[in-house]
Amino acid sequence: MITRQEILDLFRNGLFKQNTGLVQLLGLCPLLAISSSVINGLSLGLATTLVMAASSGAVSGVRNFVPNEIRIPVFVLIIAALVTVIDLTMNAFVHPLYLVLGIFIPLITTNCIVLARADAFAAKNRPLHSVIDAVAMGLGLTLVLLMLGAIREVAGQGTLLSGIDLVFGAEAQRFVVHVLPNYQGFLLAILPPGAFLALGLLIAANNWNKARAEQRTRAAVPVTA
Amino acid sequence: MPAPFITGRASVTQVMGWVLIALLPGIAVYVWLFGPGILITLGMATVTALAAEAAMLKARGYPVKPFLVDLSAVVTAWLLALSLPSLAPWWLIVTGTLFAIVVAKHLYGGLGQNVFNPAMVGYAVLIVSFPVQMTQWAGPLALTGESLTLAQSAAAIFGGLPKGTLDAVTMATPLDTLRTGLLQQHTVDEVMVQPIFGQFGGTGFEWLAVAFLAGGLLMWARRIIGWQVPLAFLAGVWLTAGFLHFYDAGRFGAPWFHLFAPSVMLGAFFIATDPVSGSTTPRGRLIFGFGAGLLTIVIRTWGGFPDGVAFAILLMNVCVPLIDQYTQPPIYGATRTGKDTQK
Repeated sequence: MITRQEILDLFRNGLFKQNTGLVQLLGLCPLLAISSSVINGLSLGLATTLVMAASSGAVSGVRNFVPNEIRIPVFVLIIAALVTVIDLTMNAFVHPLYLVLGIFIPLITTNCIVLARADAFAAKNRPLHSVIDAVAMGLGLTLVLLMLGAIREVAGQGTLLSGIDLVFGAEAQRFVVHVLPNYQGFLLAILPPGAFLALGLLIAANNWNKARAEQRTRAAVPVTA
Repeated sequence: MPAPFITGRASVTQVMGWVLIALLPGIAVYVWLFGPGILITLGMATVTALAAEAAMLKARGYPVKPFLVDLSAVVTAWLLALSLPSLAPWWLIVTGTLFAIVVAKHLYGGLGQNVFNPAMVGYAVLIVSFPVQMTQWAGPLALTGESLTLAQSAAAIFGGLPKGTLDAVTMATPLDTLRTGLLQQHTVDEVMVQPIFGQFGGTGFEWLAVAFLAGGLLMWARRIIGWQVPLAFLAGVWLTAGFLHFYDAGRFGAPWFHLFAPSVMLGAFFIATDPVSGSTTPRGRLIFGFGAGLLTIVIRTWGGFPDGVAFAILLMNVCVPLIDQYTQPPIYGATRTGKDTQK
C-alpha cells in the first residue's frame, strides 16, 4: 500500500518541485498554443491529466509483461487508445469546446509529459503510485495552463472565463467576468508571442522565488567549520 | 592607417548625446511640416522611459544615477516616438515605451546585453497589437491646409478631441496609400498622381527623410557611426526596390520613393546602427545592413503591414550572432582561414 508521506511527496513533486510547465519545461507546444484563455487552458489541462492517470495506471499494470526493447511503442499504443476515447468523448459531450481545442486533443498522444511519466515513473512503480504521480503531474500542468490562460486572457481581452458557454451551454455566459470594463484589448497577449512572454515571466518568477527560498535557508543555517 | 593611434574615448553619454543632437533637424522639420504634436509624444516617451529605466535599475540593484544620465533610455524613447504616428493616443506611447525599456532592454540584461533593438521591439508590439491606433498619422500641412495647435494636439493625444476633428487632420501615409492602391489593382503610376506623393517621396515626408539623412551624415562625420550599416541598408533598399521596379514598374514602387519614406533614413542611420543589437565586424555590418534593407522592401511589398523597417531590423538582429561568427576579421599576421602566413 501507499503511505501518506509518499502521496504528499508525489503531489509536492508534481505540483511544484518537478512542475512540467515551469521546471521540466516539457510539452510546451500545447501549453503555449492553448493557453489563450482560462477555459481553454483548464480544459486541455484536465483532459491531459485524465489521459495521464489512465495511461500511467495501464502502463504500470503491464510493466512486467512488456519486453524492455519494445516498451515505447507499446506505451504509445496504450496512450493513443486512451486519447482516442477522450477525443470521442469530448466530441460527443462538449462539442463547441472540442472545436476550439481542435488538433491539440489528438496531439495529447504525442505530448512528451504523458510518455515521460509512463516511461520514467509508471514503468518502474506500482499502479497506485503511478496513478497518483500522473494526477499530480497533470494537475501541475493544469495549474500552469490556468495561470497562463488567466494572464493572457486578462491582458488580451480584459475578461476571465470567457468561452465558459462552450462547456456549460449558453446560460453560463453570465459567469464571464469582465475584469477591465471598456478594455481596448491587447492583441499581443492573445497571439503566440504573448504565450512565450507570459511563460517566460512565470518561469522567471518561479526561479526568483526558489532563489530567495534558498537564500533564506542558507542564512538560517549557520555554516560550521 | 597612419599613426598616431591616440583618439579620445567617447563615453556612452557623449555618443548618445550626439545621436540626440543628430535627431534635432529631423524633429524640427517634423514640427514644421506636420505640426507640434510630435513634441508632446517625444516628451511623454522621454518621461516614461526615464521613469521605467530608474525603476528597473533600482529593482535590479544597479546604481540609478550613472546609468540614467547615459541618455540611452532617452535615445530609445525618441526613436520610438519618431516611429509612432504623431497623434497616437497617450496610452499607446506609454505602453510602447514601457515595453521597450522594461522587456526589450532590462529583462534581456540592460544596456549592452539586449539582443533586439528596444525601440523597434516597442514599435513591433504596438503595430501588432493596435493596428488601428497606429494609423493616426497627421497629414502634411501642405495637404490638410490647417494644423492642430499644441493644445489641440494634446487634446487629440489625451482623448479630448471629437472623433470628426481627428479624421480631418489624419491621412494615410504615402506607403499606405500605395499599398491600398496596388491592392485595388491600380498600377503604380495611377496611384502616384495623388497629392500625397511629392517630388521624390511623399509630400512632406520626403523632406523629413532628407532631415534624417542630414542628421545621419552628421553622426558619420563625428565618427559616432560607421559608414557600413547605413550605406549597406540604403543599398539593400535601393537595389531590391530597383530590381522589382525594373521588373514590373506597374506593380512595384520606384526605388527613390522607397528610399525617401522617412522610416528608411531613420532606420538606416539611427536604428540599424545600434552598436548593441547590430553586427560588430566590418564585413558583418555590410551583411547586416544589406539584409535589413532587402527585408524592408520584401515586407513592404508582400507583408501584412504597411512598413517593414522595424521587422526587418528585428529579423536581422536575430541573425547577428551567426553573421559575427562567420565574419571575424583575421588577427594581425594571420590569413583569413586562421593559418599562419609564415611557413
